[in-house]
Amino acid sequence: MAIFINEHSRVIVQGMTGSEGTKHTKRMLASGTNIVGGVTPGKGGQVVDIDGRSLPVFNSVSEAVAATGANASVVFVPPKFAKAAVLDAIDAALPLVVVITEGIPVHDAAAFYAYSVSKGTTRIIGPNCPGLISPGKSNIGIIPSDITGPGRIGLVSKSGTLTYQMMYELRDFGFSTAVGIGGDPIIGTTHIDCLRAFQDDPDTDAIVMIGEIGGDAEERAAAFIAEYVTKPVVGYVAGFTAPEGKTMGHAGAIVSGSSGTAAAKKEALEAVGVKVGKTPSETAELMRRILNG
Amino acid sequence: MDLFEYQARDLFESHGVPVLAGAVATTPDQAYEAAQSMGGKVVVKAQVKVGGRGKAGGVKLAVDADDAKEKAAAILGMDIKGHTVHKVMIAQAAPIVSEYYLAILLDRANRDFLVMASVAGGMEIEEVAHTSPEKLARVSIDPNFGVTAEAAARVIAGGQFPADIAPQVTEVLLKLWAAFVAEDATLMEINPLVKTEAGRIVALDGKVTLDDNASFRHASHEALIDHAATNPLEALAKEKDLNYVKLDGEVGVIGNGAGLVMSTLDVVAYAGEKYGVKPANFLDIGGGASAEVMANGLSIILGDTDVKSVFVNVFGGITACDAVANGIVAALAILGDAATKPIVVRRDRNNVLEGRRILNEAAHPLIEQLDTMDGAAARAAELAAK
Repeated sequence: MAIFINEHSRVIVQGMTGSEGTKHTKRMLASGTNIVGGVTPGKGGQVVDIDGRSLPVFNSVSEAVAATGANASVVFVPPKFAKAAVLDAIDAALPLVVVITEGIPVHDAAAFYAYSVSKGTTRIIGPNCPGLISPGKSNIGIIPSDITGPGRIGLVSKSGTLTYQMMYELRDFGFSTAVGIGGDPIIGTTHIDCLRAFQDDPDTDAIVMIGEIGGDAEERAAAFIAEYVTKPVVGYVAGFTAPEGKTMGHAGAIVSGSSGTAAAKKEALEAVGVKVGKTPSETAELMRRILNG
Repeated sequence: MDLFEYQARDLFESHGVPVLAGAVATTPDQAYEAAQSMGGKVVVKAQVKVGGRGKAGGVKLAVDADDAKEKAAAILGMDIKGHTVHKVMIAQAAPIVSEYYLAILLDRANRDFLVMASVAGGMEIEEVAHTSPEKLARVSIDPNFGVTAEAAARVIAGGQFPADIAPQVTEVLLKLWAAFVAEDATLMEINPLVKTEAGRIVALDGKVTLDDNASFRHASHEALIDHAATNPLEALAKEKDLNYVKLDGEVGVIGNGAGLVMSTLDVVAYAGEKYGVKPANFLDIGGGASAEVMANGLSIILGDTDVKSVFVNVFGGITACDAVANGIVAALAILGDAATKPIVVRRDRNNVLEGRRILNEAAHPLIEQLDTMDGAAARAAELAAK
């Protein structure tokens, strides 16, 4: 099963002809992802050869979907053009759009997220995320595919490298799906969305949830866990020693109703019975104990 | 980026949000001139990006230009909660009848924008929310529709603004929204929004936060950066396109990925408790970092006189460990005898063996290699304490 992506994912790469797009298309192909084409406005009709695969380039996502039957896209388009790229994918009613691009203005992210909600047909993951992998099935984004294989742990994380680190620590168990949801203030898919999907996924037995300072997503996830999740969850929160107030304005605190500190998040998670590790290794050890019974 | 009050005032003015006359001064003489040209009473206000300056004595009424000069001399150079006052704003003084609150901000939880407004102003918004929650309007704004007439009406009603000022407050709200969008702001707060004796509604004090990610479409925002307050190492890192934050400890930290670096700071802090040392900085060299990026990062950290040891913590996802190793060797070659601090390196995965071989071969006396993050953090802390 896995969540959001599987062996039936047919992926187009928005921004495939750019240097990042080309580099990561290669990596995704090598890890077995079914890439069916790319989109670069103005370059439609071209064919790009990557490691022996001829991939057609289209002007728009709708054209790409019509020609290839794509059901997911991954966005490597630079920040300036990212909003247009995501809106294009939403207009094509693509079920999944994974936005890797870092540095997208938050007004643009707010606009495309609101648009996706109003259309109701597209799930956005990211922006500013490493993407997601269902090992052995599909890998959409930039997560290294050879860290570990398929297994029964689900992982959701705001951070890319902590995702890799945790996959590595628990490599002997493997993962159903690992999702990097991104560290921007506005993201399309939240911890809660992933927790719900993992709870409902028959191939996931236990969940690792990684958070970091800022906002109150972890606190809300804790409330959701108490209400909905019966599978074991272990947590990790980064940023106990990080300086506060970097991303949040003064009035922002009242919106979240919490200070957004790592300590508050850890406390919220522990209050609902989630075991929270002090370091990534300790977190992995907590999961290890659960899985070994 | 957070703006100073005078910058917020100027930004408001340029978007038609009503403000009183105001000018910035860096010397008592400039304060005199500004007050002189405004005429009458003025308020001399310390420009610091921290709350509570009034209580700290950073805001004073001056009866005339001579008095403004004197007050400015007293305020300039003051320390307010660790912030030195380098600038004052000379603001026209106006008799105030009422104080209100109005703000637009990014709402992360709802993933949209939020207008907050209240007829009860002049205090911190947390206080308004606590003491008179029934008078606080909270109206969500769809980013693709903006502040509609209907949303504005709900702000006026929810904030309990009286009918005689409703049209003026609505106009301020619409102009503030236009400014919020035009400038790519994540926060625009007017506190207080006031009614003067003459019946005008004006923004008396403002806070603005601009989205750094949007700087590519705002050439004018460059001029708003407070270079004087930027740490020299942070400025140097920015020039090299590195994500660096100076902290107050002794263990320099380099890693790849913001989450991993934050986590590394925590692990160093735990390990350092025993030795009385803390992390000296946050430095994320990002994904796919080259040897050159590594060398740039390392030279910045070794240039920090507070640093006693360095912890390089890299998970080889896209970043290859051999590139990291080459970067360390290259940085040490560039720095030569200037490099005197021990460097603990921990890497995993991508080309880890090749990375180890490169560092083994270099056999630099300052470099130690360890396998685990926790173990390497403990060693770096121990070395910093020596």
